[in-house]
Amino acid sequence: MRLFARWTGGFLPCRQPAIGLEQNPRAQGPLARTGPRNMEMFDVSHADDSQGTRRDFIYYATAGAGAVATGAAVWPLVNQMNPSADVQALASIQVDVSALAPGDQLTVLWQGKPVFIRYRTETEIAQADEVDVSSLPDPNAENANLANPDAPATDENRALMAPEGSGIEPAGAFLVQMGVCTHLGCVPLGESGDFHGWFCPCHGSHYDTAGRIRKGPAPRNLPIPLAAFVDETTIQLG
Amino acid sequence: MAGIPHDHYEPKTGGEKWLYRRLPIVGLLYDTLMIPTPRNLNWMWIWGIVLVFTLVLQIATGVVLVMHYTPHVDMAFASIEHIMRNVNGGHMIRYFHMNGASLFFVAVYMHIFRGLYYGSYKAPREVTWIIGILMFVLMMGTAFMGYVLPWGQMSFHGTAVITGLFGAIPFVGEAVQTWLLGASAVGQPALNRFFSLHYLLPFILLGLTIVHVWAFHTTGNNNPTGVEVRRTSKEDAQKDTLPFWPYFVIKDLFALALILVVFMIIVGFMPNYLGHPDNYIPANPLATPSHIVPEWYFLPFYAILRAFTADVWVVMFADWITFGIVDAKFFGVLAMFGAIVVMALAPWLDTSSVRSGRYRPMFKWWFALLVVDFIVLMWVGAMPAEGIYPYISLIGSAYWFGYFLVILPLLGVIEKPQPQPATIEDDFNAHYGGSGDGKAAAPTPAE
Repeated sequence: MRLFARWTGGFLPCRQPAIGLEQNPRAQGPLARTGPRNMEMFDVSHADDSQGTRRDFIYYATAGAGAVATGAAVWPLVNQMNPSADVQALASIQVDVSALAPGDQLTVLWQGKPVFIRYRTETEIAQADEVDVSSLPDPNAENANLANPDAPATDENRALMAPEGSGIEPAGAFLVQMGVCTHLGCVPLGESGDFHGWFCPCHGSHYDTAGRIRKGPAPRNLPIPLAAFVDETTIQLG
Repeated sequence: MAGIPHDHYEPKTGGEKWLYRRLPIVGLLYDTLMIPTPRNLNWMWIWGIVLVFTLVLQIATGVVLVMHYTPHVDMAFASIEHIMRNVNGGHMIRYFHMNGASLFFVAVYMHIFRGLYYGSYKAPREVTWIIGILMFVLMMGTAFMGYVLPWGQMSFHGTAVITGLFGAIPFVGEAVQTWLLGASAVGQPALNRFFSLHYLLPFILLGLTIVHVWAFHTTGNNNPTGVEVRRTSKEDAQKDTLPFWPYFVIKDLFALALILVVFMIIVGFMPNYLGHPDNYIPANPLATPSHIVPEWYFLPFYAILRAFTADVWVVMFADWITFGIVDAKFFGVLAMFGAIVVMALAPWLDTSSVRSGRYRPMFKWWFALLVVDFIVLMWVGAMPAEGIYPYISLIGSAYWFGYFLVILPLLGVIEKPQPQPATIEDDFNAHYGGSGDGKAAAPTPAE
């Protein structure tokens, strides 16, 4: 009888007074009966009961369905903030570098971010070559063009090789890198800082003439984006 | 409503009774306005009203500015200039809104430090305190997003730096940053959504203000002695308190009038004093201003952000113990948010049973040092990150955390507090020459 009451989930009030009396023999009279009966109605639906009832199942199923439905409703509201299709459409641009002479720097906007294209002088390359790579805060080349993601941050691994016949001397004189400080995203200033490379005025990060972090809060070298010479005087980004 | 016994609203006329049975709104307003308030409140208890006033001022001027503003990267800057030059009275409305943000933060810092000195955060007012800190965080978010809208140089590069903070989170940082910006870099999606949120958050603040007031109306106000209002009877409670209306309303309005005199002088004669000239240059993604600093009210936390560079031993230790997951950049971000979190935890970090700093001889000095520390951090946050300044900000940050995490827990154990007055009435009469026999017939306004 008790089990039957459980499975019906207390929906049959005619059964309840008897159960109440059964549980609480001290309760007597019609008024005393109402108390235990009400308690029994709550008891039946308790989720912490070791034996699950049908009502428990309905509770969990409802709560689960509710959680899924809420998640499904909220997700589009969250996802709408991710980059839209037009933003995601990766644009690649071509940059004419024929006008650059050693010591010149061109800053172009690519995918909303500045890219530094620098035709370095021999002194700058020599300064970058002198550095012991293992002593750098970030010994990784951070170059998207290299097949090996763990390539060491030598000047050779950072520079963009010019094709033969371009007249660029030496071939690795070009440095193409993102102009976004790896600390908090400011645009570093060229030809400044303790290492004559780039200096971020926001929080004092110093980069050397190969765009490698040397001093200050920035954790990584300036990243090198996908870039290649498509002809003797044109660099394609992306 | 309040736990302090007092007279409640009684509907008298037929009309009042008719409404009261259907919507007891008059009773709610009456009980809110007539709340028994400790009669010894000093002038540091005016900032709450100043904050409410400023929130209303910001919403009113903001709604009007939106009628002329365009949230588009090509037009935002021009639309601000349009407000400044063409819209009738537009320049004054914008100057009120701009400087209103500064007034907001002056008031909130005074309000917070008042709470820290007089122990307003202690039981049973922890919930009021936590809601307050939450409102402070939302205020900072709102102020930051508002600063982005003119789309000047500081707006643009400030956004890059602040969203970069989220990029420092290990593993998911870059995805979070892209999600916040709606692109890989700051641009139109960021401007548009910040505009939307800048309009939304003040109304959430308004809602939280109501909850904040509700919470301290339930516990009763703290007061300069930190001694609770007697709840033994209505008569006892009346000896310790005065109704908010009219006594404290008049007092607060007088203080507000004085503050607004200063505010008007700034708005009228030096409206750009607290801003940066760089923000009158249209945003240019290719060049960062040579000296990028946030608005003055963010400087203490900005200094903490910059203080923890890779050569500080705690940072190196964190880097090593987490196998490089917590690097210097993420550590700085954690420290900046942590500086607010430790403040929120003050109710549980402070072990002293004495509420008011007035009766804590050692606490007084450490607290004074905290105020100095806050001002030093504000100053050093505006300085370039080179030379001696990083060391000063490191020491300042260390004290900020030391105060909450070490000094507050220890003081409660080692300090011998001075005797507190038995009742608020005693304290009040000692200052204002009352008879001291419990007769509170002459309702002298507090201070």
